[in-house]
Amino acid sequence: MPAAPVQTLVDRVTTLAFDRFVLKAGFLGEELLFVFADGGIQLGREAAPLRPHADAILVAAHSGKRLVTGGDDGRVVETGPDGRTIELGNEKGRWIDAVAIGPDGSAAWSAGKTVTVRDGKGKVKTLTAPSTPQGLAFAPKGFRLAIAHIDGVTLWFPNADAEPERLTWKGPHLDTSFSPDNRFLITSMQENQLHGWRLADKGHMRMSGYPAKTRSWSWSHDGLWLATSGAEAAIIWPFAKEGPTGKAPRECGIRPAKVTTVAFHPRALVLAIGYEDGWVLLVRLTDASELLVRAGGDGTPITALGWDKDGKRLAFGSESGGAGLLALPV
Amino acid sequence: MSTTMTDKIPVTVLTGYLGAGKTTLLNRILSEPHGKKYAVIVNEFGEIGIDNDLVVGADEEVFEMNNGCICCTVRGDLIRIIENLMKRKGRFDAIIVETTGLADPAPVAQTFFVDQDVGEKARLDAVVTVADAKWLAARLKDAPEAKNQIAFADVILLNKTDLVSPEALREVEARIRGINPYARLHKTQKCQIPLAEVLDRGAFDLERILEIEPAFLEADDHHHDHDHDHDHDHDCGPDCTHDHHHHGHHHHGGLKHYHDEEMQSVSIAHPGDVDPEKFMPWINDLVQAEGPNILRSKGILAFAKESKRFVFQGVHMILDGDLQREWKPDEKRVSRIVFIGRNLNEDALRQGFLSCVA
Repeated sequence: MPAAPVQTLVDRVTTLAFDRFVLKAGFLGEELLFVFADGGIQLGREAAPLRPHADAILVAAHSGKRLVTGGDDGRVVETGPDGRTIELGNEKGRWIDAVAIGPDGSAAWSAGKTVTVRDGKGKVKTLTAPSTPQGLAFAPKGFRLAIAHIDGVTLWFPNADAEPERLTWKGPHLDTSFSPDNRFLITSMQENQLHGWRLADKGHMRMSGYPAKTRSWSWSHDGLWLATSGAEAAIIWPFAKEGPTGKAPRECGIRPAKVTTVAFHPRALVLAIGYEDGWVLLVRLTDASELLVRAGGDGTPITALGWDKDGKRLAFGSESGGAGLLALPV
Repeated sequence: MSTTMTDKIPVTVLTGYLGAGKTTLLNRILSEPHGKKYAVIVNEFGEIGIDNDLVVGADEEVFEMNNGCICCTVRGDLIRIIENLMKRKGRFDAIIVETTGLADPAPVAQTFFVDQDVGEKARLDAVVTVADAKWLAARLKDAPEAKNQIAFADVILLNKTDLVSPEALREVEARIRGINPYARLHKTQKCQIPLAEVLDRGAFDLERILEIEPAFLEADDHHHDHDHDHDHDHDCGPDCTHDHHHHGHHHHGGLKHYHDEEMQSVSIAHPGDVDPEKFMPWINDLVQAEGPNILRSKGILAFAKESKRFVFQGVHMILDGDLQREWKPDEKRVSRIVFIGRNLNEDALRQGFLSCVA
């Protein structure tokens, strides 16, 4: 066990407290962003929270200047950095189970088995998945959606007439993500493991050994590493060349507490790691050096981490609403 | 980061064949002035005639775990819904899951033991089954789901008793007892029952598995018929080492005794200690092999050289056991296990258990 990190950034952290479950933390454009499970969206530190949904927010995705949320009111709403909201879809009171942000203003969501894709012009298409999806992800190239469900993933080109393609692997798949170079598709599974496919030949990859489910992951800026939660360290799989098959993952930020959330720095091989006991560390992959960001706070699990686009600021939040903003020395 | 039992949100599972009165019970629970707030998970194909703050439609999506346990089915939609509800702590005090009339309660129950994240935040409180006094006997013949729901129950509401004669009521009660003698059984009209009999039962809480005598041995709301004939096959001394298969031996409340051809319960007691080195492998192997047939199991055991009681309870292949309180000085160290299941081989169970005697 490595010694506790001596280097600390805690004096560069502004502590914030919200007293409600933080679903997302990060930045929308330049604005500090927090999304709460109770339905609030906090943009900037001063403004009153927006409440675009009737009640709770169940799922949220954000990227650049776009935030897409799905609520238990059955609505899918996009919010911009100026706080303006538009309704992308309405599933009439059914819970929205997953949302994803796509290229050119597009978005996707699912409610029950119905998956809906809406392009940037507002044209909507739907597909019925074989079972209720939990994870949706757009491919980095082309207008293509991955839909994770029981026993595999469906790959759908909404603008093509062709039947969706199916990648099969037995068991319930939860979240899904394409590698940034579009060569691999990864899912997290109910059985505390990840599964992956090489898209060129549909070859399988199994990444197992986790004591808990992986519910957070993050690709490095160069696309060569995938950091994951679910163990008492961030488990980081190598995706250079043929991927992780036959290779051991890196383990960073080993502590006697499970990692709940991970977020790679957008420009450097530095990983922000949130733990179930409220700690936050930064770890540099090149030399495994660690920097302390938060020594636990009120001790509830970190549920959200997000960098700004330059990697100068990091926002984080916890299950009980403990949150903070780290400003890195420039 | 451990969460104690009391911090966890209790979950009551409400089952019952179509038309038995589940929705009536649910409405009672929600409308009585108990000061508690419930999140209700209903199947979206049923009518949601409920005015409640938090009603969630579920799609009853059952899947098999990929862990080699062939009966380890769980409700994927429940995992998702409960995870999400838990992000709104303070909005509700308890969760009620209403299943469809045709649902098997096992996947619902197993979800709380198999999924780590759900198990950390919520605890299964009890399976409550509403049965229609008029139609249950017929359903037990033609609907395996109805039989499962009776076998699985911790609490049974034998409802609509006003629609049947006293004789017919005793008949159906006896049918229920032929399958599940351990559940608390209440006879109701329009599901009128004090809610404390239905909610917060702690039926899966090892701390509260105090006794596993057949529930009909306890006087509760039964109309005892005191001039019935006792018709024991034999008499047992106070130290008899064999226990009674529930059918054919006891006559309580004037109930006739039915042996259900398919679903039975078996209770075995040994008036002394068992050897944990023998018992643990035996019970683990047993549920591995017979798990699909064993719906529920429970036990209170005296382990040799152990001053505390060992208690366990199980659902199919999943066992949950722990050392509980000390044996009291005046308490007899008796080891007892019970099973409710399909086509149970009583002799094999008995021999297996007695081979674990210390």
